[in-house]
Amino acid sequence: MLVDVHAHFYHDRTSRSDWRERNASRLAAGETIGISWHVASILGSWGFSSPTYFPSATDLSYANEQLRLLSLEHPGRIRGYVAVNPNVTGHALSEIERGAESGMIGVKLAASRRADDPLLDPVCAAAERLGLPVLHHIWQHRRREWPGQEASDAVELCRLAVRHPRVDFILAHIGGGGDWLHTLRAVRTHPNVYLDLSGSGVDGGMLEGAIAAVGVERLLWGADVTLCTGWAKLRYLERLLPAADLALIASGNAVRIFPPGAFS
Amino acid sequence: MIDVNVFFGSYPWRRVPGTSPEAVLAAMDRVGITTAWVSHLPSLFWKDPAEGNGWLYETAAKSPRFKAVAAMHPGLPHWEDDLREAVDRGAVAVRADPGFLGLAPAGGEMLRLVSAAAAAGIPLVSAVRLEDGRGRHPLDAAPELPPSAVRAWLRQDARARIVVTHADRGFIEEVHFGSTPAEASRVWWDVSWVWGPPDDHLELLLATMGATRFLFGSGQPLRIPETPAARLELLDLAPADRESIVTGNAQQLSIRSTTPA
Repeated sequence: MLVDVHAHFYHDRTSRSDWRERNASRLAAGETIGISWHVASILGSWGFSSPTYFPSATDLSYANEQLRLLSLEHPGRIRGYVAVNPNVTGHALSEIERGAESGMIGVKLAASRRADDPLLDPVCAAAERLGLPVLHHIWQHRRREWPGQEASDAVELCRLAVRHPRVDFILAHIGGGGDWLHTLRAVRTHPNVYLDLSGSGVDGGMLEGAIAAVGVERLLWGADVTLCTGWAKLRYLERLLPAADLALIASGNAVRIFPPGAFS
Repeated sequence: MIDVNVFFGSYPWRRVPGTSPEAVLAAMDRVGITTAWVSHLPSLFWKDPAEGNGWLYETAAKSPRFKAVAAMHPGLPHWEDDLREAVDRGAVAVRADPGFLGLAPAGGEMLRLVSAAAAAGIPLVSAVRLEDGRGRHPLDAAPELPPSAVRAWLRQDARARIVVTHADRGFIEEVHFGSTPAEASRVWWDVSWVWGPPDDHLELLLATMGATRFLFGSGQPLRIPETPAARLELLDLAPADRESIVTGNAQQLSIRSTTPA
């Protein structure tokens, strides 16, 4: 089994006129690669009617609903994260409740609020109560503010993870931009922080470094917006690791941290 | 399968595994790459990058699977001698990365190199970048190659043949559609930085520009060589197009051009 823990889809109220083709392309590539499950989120309107990383409550509700419908359309392939904006706490909490009731299996936090901000605590408390992991968008080593997002790095996410030791956090896309070496140092001693391997970055040494930093038990395979690089990393790991270790990264760890029955 | 974007040697900004010729050969075998166009990575950052060419020629000569890409610095005295040596010693191409050399990318030195390489019938290789700009060392501030420079190089000499590595879709389109068809027919792009699905940038570029413009390139060992192979496998490519990209176009480029100006 192969689980992509970091997938995205589009819908009709985004700025992508080719949203159907992009969704179809992900699913088709997934078939070639052998992806059993796309665990996906939709970040509101992807910037069409509110900013991608600061999505409005209205856009998030619509996006989460579209993802739920997609997962119903592809019951054996797509699972969903509930995407929320912690600045709208009440809405975030109700979306998480509603999402969990309708079969969503995780919470997605993008970059609407710094990861160590207290506003994230009620969101994480809800995730803990419902047994959902939290996928958090990360800028690997944020040296400054970046436009368009209130990005967080691994140090900031780890502060949140310390406050919520019974929640499993997925640190997004170590290949997704920024200095992953900084991240690998930061996460070593935080057992409830998992690394997803997604992102367009395919730096030589990155995968070996990730294994050395957290072991195969805290790595999760994913692709994000470049399935080609995801597949490349999977192929590289196939040569690097024993089959049992690879199986943990491909699906075993995901099965362990997502709700029971999420992938059956 | 010919990988036109391969390096030997250490990288100044972080530890990279597998940089020896032996390790590169093992990685090539793993992916099914038969031939590599190799550059000496440390010398890209040296004051005189041509000082690495001697070792590169000797190392490449030890295996028929390696083809040397010799480094040039057209801002140094007598750089023309380095170009002549590259031709004499059978280099498959020469390279200059103006950002790392501290040269204006479309300035007089680079334009003179473009003309001289064109006259010698040897392709000129240049990288847009070596690493994602968001993850570079704080002191690694060399500017990326701009598309305008490649357009200027193509306009400099009608014989010039340019290979650009590590370019993304936007860069490629800006040069291709910002050039005459004749100019655009003299630049080749490796696929190391062009995204596959779901955005399908590579599929789009192949549809709009044709397979003749693209080369298999990885950027290994700075980047894992499995990437371009996976990228191509995710395409529904006609066998002839695939052959062009992975082998044929690079083979054509490696033939010394003798077309008069």
